[in-house]
Amino acid sequence: MSMRAPSSELPIRFENVSFSVGPVTILDGIDLTLTPGAPTVVVGPNGSGKTTLLRAAMGLVSPSRGRVTWGGRTDVAPQRRAIVFQRPVMLRRSASGNIRYALRVAGTKRAEWKRRVDEVLGLVGLEQLAQRPARRLSGGEQQRLALARALAREPAVLFLDEPTASLDPAATKAVEDVIHAVSERGIKVVMSTHDIGGARRLAGDIVMLHRGRVIETAAASSFFHAPATAEARKFVAGELII
Amino acid sequence: MIGAILHMPENVSALDLVLAGDPALFAIVRLSLVVSLSAVTLAAIIGVPFGALLALTGFPGRQAVIVILNALMGLPPVVVGLGVFLVLSRSGPLGSWGLLFTPAAMVVAQTILVAPIIAALTRQTIEDLWTEYRDELTAMNVGPLGRVATLVWDARFSLITALLAGFGRAAAEVGAIMIVGGNIEGFTRTMTTAIALETSKGDLPLAIGLGIVLITLVIAVNILAWTARRASERLAG
Repeated sequence: MSMRAPSSELPIRFENVSFSVGPVTILDGIDLTLTPGAPTVVVGPNGSGKTTLLRAAMGLVSPSRGRVTWGGRTDVAPQRRAIVFQRPVMLRRSASGNIRYALRVAGTKRAEWKRRVDEVLGLVGLEQLAQRPARRLSGGEQQRLALARALAREPAVLFLDEPTASLDPAATKAVEDVIHAVSERGIKVVMSTHDIGGARRLAGDIVMLHRGRVIETAAASSFFHAPATAEARKFVAGELII
Repeated sequence: MIGAILHMPENVSALDLVLAGDPALFAIVRLSLVVSLSAVTLAAIIGVPFGALLALTGFPGRQAVIVILNALMGLPPVVVGLGVFLVLSRSGPLGSWGLLFTPAAMVVAQTILVAPIIAALTRQTIEDLWTEYRDELTAMNVGPLGRVATLVWDARFSLITALLAGFGRAAAEVGAIMIVGGNIEGFTRTMTTAIALETSKGDLPLAIGLGIVLITLVIAVNILAWTARRASERLAG
């Protein structure tokens, strides 16, 4: 993957961001800065607001209060951001057709397509399945194809919503290897998970959400060695946080 | 030539007429297909983009437009025939075009009947697919025209069903083309108008023969479309 100039997407800054749907508050006064570097892993129980946080950082939802800025600006079109949803939608095309679609809408030159398709499919280990209809792939293969499709856009920031939630250990390893490789190439990865193992293996720093609030942000090493809050201690100890 | 069949003895069976491959019968069948397929093509050109736009845009009164569009699926053919007749008749606004009692008038009438069916079914299909694709396409920063193109392309297998529904309607209807075509022998006579005529004249063998041909053709078109759909689905998922 070719490296581009440092992007104007980062840092992504949440300034007192709240998001509610009707009477339900999903995010509550979030202040958070996402900076270049190792992956940021967002942890927290179901319903703590992880997905909404990623969607707001991607620019898919507008906060009810507060604001999100990308490199200091609001309203930055998501050209250098990409997201892989927890349940990615496969377009009704072949695996390589899905990649070509992403390349076309990203405005990549047609002459580049074949090389880029091979490159990103190779990165996620799907080159053998390039001609397969995307919707016939297994769950793990679809997750990897979605990852490849997101990477085809050459994002500066890649958001991953529970990328390994429903995968078996082998598929989880395959996805985590890709995330690792992507991060090494200088792409900022922001992912959510409630899998403590995955968080330990990948995180540079941790953001812990609980009931729509950020209750702890820390470098991964200090989070796992000396969690500051009761919820974080429970998470690190592998207990159930409700 | 068609006179030859019409004056055939009563004991000629419907099957004989079909099997004999009578040229007059062939001309009737061909006109029916040309008129209905042209109408479906025009209706698709109008109905698919309209339905897709309606699915993807919000404006005041949208719900009302959808209800009206759905209601138009049940337009009575004779009423459409009457409307087109009034517009194309010599004293009508487009009377100078001289289209009344020509196959072109029949295509116009059937297009009006079929377009709402294709538009309404397209609207539903595209709207359902949009709820599925919304997040991905928004995340990929796809513009409005790109969205329409993507959704229509990805819904293509379901949209074939909408086209078939439209073709079924066009091939089966008699009221509209009878009024605007006039059922002129050798010129605007189709299978349905001939069946109506022969039945009222009492020439049941010919009517039954035409009926068998009509049903066979509709089934054949559906088999073709189904096969094409299965084949392309295997390729594209």
